[in-house]
Amino acid sequence: MEAHAAKSPVAPPRAGQLRLPGVGAGLGRGVVVLYLSLFVLLPLAALLDKSLSDGLGHFWDQVSSGQAKQSLQLILVCSLIVVAINAVFGTIVAWLLVRDNFPGKSIVNAIIDLPFALPTIVASLILIQLWGNKSPVGVDIALTRTAIVVALCFVTLPFVVRAVQPLLIEMDRDMEEAAASLGAGGFTIFRRIIFPNLLPGLAAGVALAFARALGEYGSVLLFAGGRPDTQVASIFIGQQIETGNEVGASAVSIVLLAMALVCLLVITLIQRWGSRHERGSAA
Amino acid sequence: MTRSTQSRWGLRFLGLGYIAVLLIAPLILLFYKTFEDGLAAPFEAITSADGLHALKLTLLTVAIAVPLNTIFGVLCSLLLVRHKWKGNWLIDAAINLPFAISPIVIGLSLFLLYGKQGWLEPGLAEAGIKILFSTPGIILACIFVSVPFVVRETVPVLQEIGTEQEQAAETLGANAWQTFWRVTLPAIRWGVAYGVVLTTARVLGEFGAVSVVSGNISGETQTLPLFVEKNYENFNLPGAFGAAVLLALLALVVLMAMNLLKRKEAA
Repeated sequence: MEAHAAKSPVAPPRAGQLRLPGVGAGLGRGVVVLYLSLFVLLPLAALLDKSLSDGLGHFWDQVSSGQAKQSLQLILVCSLIVVAINAVFGTIVAWLLVRDNFPGKSIVNAIIDLPFALPTIVASLILIQLWGNKSPVGVDIALTRTAIVVALCFVTLPFVVRAVQPLLIEMDRDMEEAAASLGAGGFTIFRRIIFPNLLPGLAAGVALAFARALGEYGSVLLFAGGRPDTQVASIFIGQQIETGNEVGASAVSIVLLAMALVCLLVITLIQRWGSRHERGSAA
Repeated sequence: MTRSTQSRWGLRFLGLGYIAVLLIAPLILLFYKTFEDGLAAPFEAITSADGLHALKLTLLTVAIAVPLNTIFGVLCSLLLVRHKWKGNWLIDAAINLPFAISPIVIGLSLFLLYGKQGWLEPGLAEAGIKILFSTPGIILACIFVSVPFVVRETVPVLQEIGTEQEQAAETLGANAWQTFWRVTLPAIRWGVAYGVVLTTARVLGEFGAVSVVSGNISGETQTLPLFVEKNYENFNLPGAFGAAVLLALLALVVLMAMNLLKRKEAA
C-alpha cells in the first residue's frame, strides 16, 4: 500500500528525493535544442542566407548555369543507377545471409558494414588501385562516369542489406510453404509472397542509400575526379569553394540538400505506412 | 530439386561475387600494396612528424566529439521516448539532418558561419578565437556529421525496454538520477555502445567536412584522412598507403566491435 502511495503523482515528495519532472524535462529539452541549434541549425542558416544573399534571381542563375546543372543531373542519374544495382544485389546478399548456409557466412555478415567503418578517402584510394591504370586485372575505369557508379555502390551497399535482413528473419515461412504446396514455383513465390513482404524495408533502404549517394564526396574524389564530365554536385561545390564562388557553392548545396530531404521525408512516410500496415495485420 | 539447387548456386555466385569484387578485393589489395615493398616505408611515413601529428589530432577530435555526442544522444533519446512533447517531431527531424547533408555542404556551412563576413566572425575575432583552419573548426565539423548515431541506436532500445522497471525503481524510492544510473542505463548500454562505435568510426574517418574547414596544413590542421589525400596528391604513395592501412585497421576494429555489440544486444 505504501508503495502504491509513493507511485501516485499526488504523493508529496520525501526529503532528499525531490523530483520535479516538469522542470527536469524542460531543462533537458533546452539543452538539446541549444545543442542542435548551435552545432547544426545555425551553420545551415548561414548557408541558406549566403545562397540567397544576391537574391532569388542570382540563386537560380547559379544553379542553372551549365556546369552546376550538369553536376546535379549527373549525381541524380548515377544515384538512381546505383540504388537500382544495390536493390537487386543487396536483396540477394541479405537472402544468402538469412536463408542460406555457407562457410564463412559470419565473416561475410560482418564485412557488409565495412563501408560504414572505412573512411571514404581510403575507399577512394583502394578503388583507384584496383580499377585504375595500375589495375592488377587490367580494368581501368578511373576518372570515368563508371567510377562514380562503382564508388557509390561501395559506400551504399550496407543500407539495403541491413534494411532487408531483419524483415527476412522475421518473415513467416508458412506462407511460402503454403504457396509451394499449391504448386507455385520459386520465382512465383518470390514475386507474390516474399517481395511484397520485403518492400517496406527495401524502399527505406533504397531511400537511405539514395540520400547518401547524392551527397557522397570522399570516395568519388580520387577515383572519379573532378573532370568536367565526371564532376558530381559535391565535387562541383568543393571546386566553387576553392575558387571563391561562395554564393554558387551555397546555391547548389541548397538544391542538393533539398533533394536529400525529400528522400528522408519519403523514408518517414514509408515507415509510417509500414507500421500502420503491421498494426492492421496484427489486429 | 535440381532446379532449386541450381538457383541456389546462382544466387551464391551473384551475391558473394558482388561482395568479393566490391568489398573484399579492394581491401586485400590495400594491404598488399602497402606492404609489397616491406614494412619500412609505410611505417616511416606514419611515424614522421606530420604523420604523428595527424594521428594525434585525429585522436583529439575523437576524444572531444564522441563524448559530447554521446551525452547529447542519451539525453535526447530519453526526452524523445520518455517525455511526450509536441515539439519532439521537430527535434527528431533536426537530428536526422546530418544524414541528408553532404559532408562538403556541412563543411561549407561551417566555413560560412565562422569565416570572413560570417555571422559569428566579428565577435570571435574580437575575442581572439580562431575557429576556421584550426582545431576547433575540425571538431565542430566532426560533431555536426556524427550527431545522429547515438540517438538512432538508443531510441529503439529505450522503446523496447518499456518503463516497468523504471517505475518499479521509483516505487521503491529511487530518485530520478538513481533510476537512470541503476536501471535505465544498464538496460540500454549495448545500444548506446553501438551508437558510440558508429560515432567514433565516423569521426575518425570524416573527410569532406573537415577538408573545407581545416585548410589541410601539414603538421597543423591535418587529420589522418587529410594526410592520406595530401600524400596521394603529392605522389608520396607510401605515406598515403601507410595512413590508409592504419585507418583500415581501425575500421576493422570498429567492425569487430559492432559485431560483438550486436550479439550482446541480441542476448
